[in-house]
Amino acid sequence: MLLRLILLLTLTLASTAHAARIGDAGEVDAWGQAVRFFSFQDASLRLALAGALLVGLNCGLLGGYVVVRRMALVGDMLSHAVLPGIVLGFLWTQTKDPVAILIGALLAGAAATGVSALLARTTRLKPDAIQGLVLASFYGVGICLLGLVQNLPTGAKSGLDKFLFGQAAGLSGEDVMMMAVATVLSLALVGWLYHDLLALSFHRGFGQTLGLKMGLLHGVIMLLTAFAIIVAMQAVGVVLVSAMLIIPAATAYLLTDRMHRLLGLSAVLGMAAAGLGAFGSFLGNNLPTGPLMVLAGALFFAGAFLFSPRHGWVTRVVRQHRRRSRAERENTLKAMHRVLEDHGLAGASVREGVTLAELGGQRRESVAESSARARELVGSGLATLSADGATLFFTPAGEQRARAIVRNHRLWELYLTHAASFSPDHVHDQAEEIEHVLGEETVRQLSRRLDFPEVDPHGRPIPTVDAIHGVGMVGEKGGLGYQ
Amino acid sequence: MMAWWGLGVGGQAVGLPALFAATEPVAPRGMLDLIPAFDWQKVVVNPWTVDLPLYGWMMLMAFLVTTACGLIGNYLLLRRLALVGDAISHSVLPGLVAGFLIFGSLGIGPMLVGAVLAGVLTTVLIEVIHSHSRVKADAAIGITFCSLFALGVLLINVYAGQVHLDAECVLYGELSHVPWAEQVTVLGVGMPLPVVVMGVATGIVALLTGVFYKELLISSFDAGLAAAFGFRPRVIHYTLMAMLSLVVVAAFESVGAILVIAMLILPGATAQLLSTRLPVCFGLSVAHAALSSVLGVHLGLWLGCSLAAAVVVAGTGLFGVAWGVSLMGRRGGVGEG
Repeated sequence: MLLRLILLLTLTLASTAHAARIGDAGEVDAWGQAVRFFSFQDASLRLALAGALLVGLNCGLLGGYVVVRRMALVGDMLSHAVLPGIVLGFLWTQTKDPVAILIGALLAGAAATGVSALLARTTRLKPDAIQGLVLASFYGVGICLLGLVQNLPTGAKSGLDKFLFGQAAGLSGEDVMMMAVATVLSLALVGWLYHDLLALSFHRGFGQTLGLKMGLLHGVIMLLTAFAIIVAMQAVGVVLVSAMLIIPAATAYLLTDRMHRLLGLSAVLGMAAAGLGAFGSFLGNNLPTGPLMVLAGALFFAGAFLFSPRHGWVTRVVRQHRRRSRAERENTLKAMHRVLEDHGLAGASVREGVTLAELGGQRRESVAESSARARELVGSGLATLSADGATLFFTPAGEQRARAIVRNHRLWELYLTHAASFSPDHVHDQAEEIEHVLGEETVRQLSRRLDFPEVDPHGRPIPTVDAIHGVGMVGEKGGLGYQ
Repeated sequence: MMAWWGLGVGGQAVGLPALFAATEPVAPRGMLDLIPAFDWQKVVVNPWTVDLPLYGWMMLMAFLVTTACGLIGNYLLLRRLALVGDAISHSVLPGLVAGFLIFGSLGIGPMLVGAVLAGVLTTVLIEVIHSHSRVKADAAIGITFCSLFALGVLLINVYAGQVHLDAECVLYGELSHVPWAEQVTVLGVGMPLPVVVMGVATGIVALLTGVFYKELLISSFDAGLAAAFGFRPRVIHYTLMAMLSLVVVAAFESVGAILVIAMLILPGATAQLLSTRLPVCFGLSVAHAALSSVLGVHLGLWLGCSLAAAVVVAGTGLFGVAWGVSLMGRRGGVGEG
């Protein structure tokens, strides 16, 4: 068989405990576990949760810069490339001394960054190829070294595997201290250098003209990121640590356009994802923390991707649909107004109706289509249907909207012929488009500019402001403005 | 057949493992003791004599994996999809698990179907996120593959009783863990089944890249022109991604999800440092695959570490040599580009 994974299982079953677990409570129901989680009684739980939250905060904060600067996969590269450094750091002291490991990892990260820069300068390989190449080569060397360590008598229990899979449950007080140091450092530096980093992220050239050392700043932020990755790897593992950098920040990126809000939101989302992941892992009793943290983050991202107020996919589709159907409603109202006008009744407050046949004739549509349009108007309270369903009457609100749209249309036609020297038979189509978009203030300015005209280029009367606003502003929700 | 050819190369490669010892990261004093003594008999002679039945197949397997990956990798590099390769190598995991859960077996069919579907899903998701929101392509890649990988690890843990997969094998993969004992007879010669399967996969890749050479070439360099010729660049793109998923799955148990990235990128990158002609690049990639497999297995035997990782280290060394050559060529003004 191609994938003898059964065999692999037997080889590695003993090590399934590598996936991080929190709270081996045995047979306790979900509610009991939840209560236990929120009472924060277990010391190991407190440590794991603190670690997860610190990682979420730190990675979320720095991830903001990573995502905005389009360096999302640099995190992925660094997390893999520090492996040889971690192993060498371990070999140096022959114990799991966090400081030695950290120094080794930082050096390896710096080496990886340096090799990437050198490759970019001296070869014509593309940046993505260089990233993948450095990632995989360093990782290969790291795995090779790991093999050497495991041949040592003490190596088998080195606990270095922890870096591959993460183990939030196994965090020691020392590890959490390290995470706290990394987080405080990031917070302090980002707070201190906020404006400089803003220049680095969005306009390097501008930063240079201000005399800021862009190279140095880049180095600082990379170093902070490497530091964050190394401490976070112990909680979520080598593959998923880049997710903690990217996902909260990308979510925040969809929710706001301001950098300081993005950073704050990203940090909060990172902490929320981490907390949810830890909670889920505790509740599930034997589920790994890292993947749950990432999936919680992915859920947030999916929510923002679909429903973000400004950039959400569904939000945008709904908004477009609303605009289109509002424009259609307004066109129907306009057609009704036109029919009444042809009867010589527009403007007069005669309660006269428009038959669906007339409406269809005006809009060049079948009766079935115009009855659908009529139903839509009735649905939005702009018109009423007679008992036999054949005649359509304006409601007061509908009549005002109709006049306002006709006013927009005819004023724009007049503006084009007067101010932009269009010939009168070329202005209709443009007015057809823009009549739905013109805001109230624009129309007022237009009217003033044209010296309060009364007829359009085709000799039809332009409804006056009084005719529209005579009884105060009444309108469909959303008004006449495009927004 | 390949093993015989490999033998010829191995004869010249005697001194090289020592060279790679020098390219290991410089270790402080105590660490040097870690590197085992170089045992000529064990490292160089035995694999070709006493242990040939085992190590011959291992070298062949490594060669097949690296060749298949290298052929596809050349196109990935040209199309700037190197990191999509990275993404797919991780995100086939939930596909494997789902294939297993749905079909209830570890057969080739369900696994391949699951993996190819997961690979195509990855590509589609990246494109959807990238084109329907303001998130940039690199972040879209990261979000997609991390989420899918996390989903895969979670599924394995939830169904731990039913899925005989371990996240560890996904990250490591190891040549020596491949079930070598399982034999089938092909053309009257007994061969280990995994080698036959990998051989078929490599054959398919080589065949497809050969038959559709023109289409792939044009669509890689000029998608507009390819579309004008009626080659349907999107179909080609998705076919390439499906092929990539297939190769990644086939290579899974021998090299694991992360090292496979090295197999995808290193041969092509090495070749493209030395030549600008695509056919020459293919030749060089295959040569790189052969050399790194043979050298890697020897290196792994010497150091006693993971053979798959050793193959990657050897490949990295070869890349380093090619880099040096290309630098010298440029300085001397002889370089091809």
